[in-house]
Amino acid sequence: MNIFTNLLSLQLLVGILTGLGAGYLGSFMILKRMSLVGDVISHVALPGIAIALIFKVNPFLGAFTALFLAVIGIWILERKTELPSETLVGIFFALSLALGILITPEPELLEALFGDISKIGPVDVFLTAALIAVIFFTMFRIYRGLTLSVVSKQLAQSMGINVSRTNFLFLFLVAVIVALGLKVTGIFLTGALVIVPAAAAKNVSIGLAGFTRSAALFGGMSALGGILFASHFNLHPGPIVVLASGVIFLITLLFKK
Amino acid sequence: MVNQQTILSVENLGVKFDNNEILRGLNFIVQKEDVLAIVGPNGAGKSVLFRALLGLIPYSGKIQWAPGLKISYVPQKFNIDKDLPLSVEEFLKFKEKNPKKIIGALKSVGITDEHHIEHHVLKERVGWLSGGQIQRVLIAWSILNNPDVLLFDEPTAGIDVGGEETIYNLLKKLKDERGFTVLLISHDLNIVYKYANNVICVNKEMVCHGEPNVVLDPASLAKLYGGETSFYKHEHFH
Repeated sequence: MNIFTNLLSLQLLVGILTGLGAGYLGSFMILKRMSLVGDVISHVALPGIAIALIFKVNPFLGAFTALFLAVIGIWILERKTELPSETLVGIFFALSLALGILITPEPELLEALFGDISKIGPVDVFLTAALIAVIFFTMFRIYRGLTLSVVSKQLAQSMGINVSRTNFLFLFLVAVIVALGLKVTGIFLTGALVIVPAAAAKNVSIGLAGFTRSAALFGGMSALGGILFASHFNLHPGPIVVLASGVIFLITLLFKK
Repeated sequence: MVNQQTILSVENLGVKFDNNEILRGLNFIVQKEDVLAIVGPNGAGKSVLFRALLGLIPYSGKIQWAPGLKISYVPQKFNIDKDLPLSVEEFLKFKEKNPKKIIGALKSVGITDEHHIEHHVLKERVGWLSGGQIQRVLIAWSILNNPDVLLFDEPTAGIDVGGEETIYNLLKKLKDERGFTVLLISHDLNIVYKYANNVICVNKEMVCHGEPNVVLDPASLAKLYGGETSFYKHEHFH
């Protein structure tokens, strides 16, 4: 049987790849103390999807464009002020969700909010694989600067690291993974896909390498377990994937370092 | 006076953020193997001065380092808490990949047992170390590349008084062994008297410059700290 014609295999491929990338990036989001950013910016995807549908463009593109604009906004706020911009970001993103709900046609609305990987094709697999490769490649280049800038921004700068550029690249990758996650878990749960595996990984690791690798692993495992379970019991995969990551989190609590 | 031993000369240095003048008209030179202390009240622009010297922020005037110097900088602000998943080894490897050099640097800062270094210190989370141990690791970080100049911003922030002496003694020992030049920001004038051979007092502009025993007189301290001289009275015995 060709795996590219079997729907479950396609779902598993997209899910696992997305889970790996989400877990990995999530570990750095926790490191940067921006755990909720994924959750919040995912809301912006909805008006993006709606506008794409209105203009008959690929909804992924619409979601990604909206997310990209959102991360630029956050990046500018980060640069302009050292103060927490949470309130402003919170308001803006909640409003965009409200707007999105209003203008998105109803059938697509449910899909966008809760995710739907029942209709994916080989193209989605290739797109996902390519983007996940971009994520890991870019992270390989910037993780040192990113981590050092968390330890001390001045220290990173004195080492010749362009902190602002590094942050921008990272936020760009966050936009990519949130856009990919929409397919698997939908707007409401894509934030969880990014954060829960990474939070679980933090429980069981001492250093950075262990933390980031187990976060990726837990993300992939959540997708694998969740999609298989959902397929077997004929349930909606998105929430099951997130619940699977929750189970992993609970288990890791037993081994907390 | 600028000569062959001069490693840094600063002329008419000024820094502005937006339209706020942070520093103006600073002039000083640093000679090889000097220990120059920079003192001044909170918000006087001391850390900004360091960042200007490192070329991290725009400035006016002239900053001239001797060519080919290796400069190490340990800033004041660190976000190292217990939660940070980063081992000492990973942190030090961000600067130097060679494990032998890393162990060498840790030995230099007084963690002498190689077995202890390899199996405990390096494997530990940075945030699980005590304040004094973190300072040692930061000093180890700063000497990893065999620097010619060390810039230390409040190296003892967050350390108890006993530990503070130890850290300065360690810095002094390393300086004597390796012959680097030290620029340090400190709030503690006793430390300045004891360890620095030169001091500049900064409060937006330069209030004094010279040997600590000579220039840190009541008048310049009053000007520097705004009248709180009794608190800063020179009390040491040697």
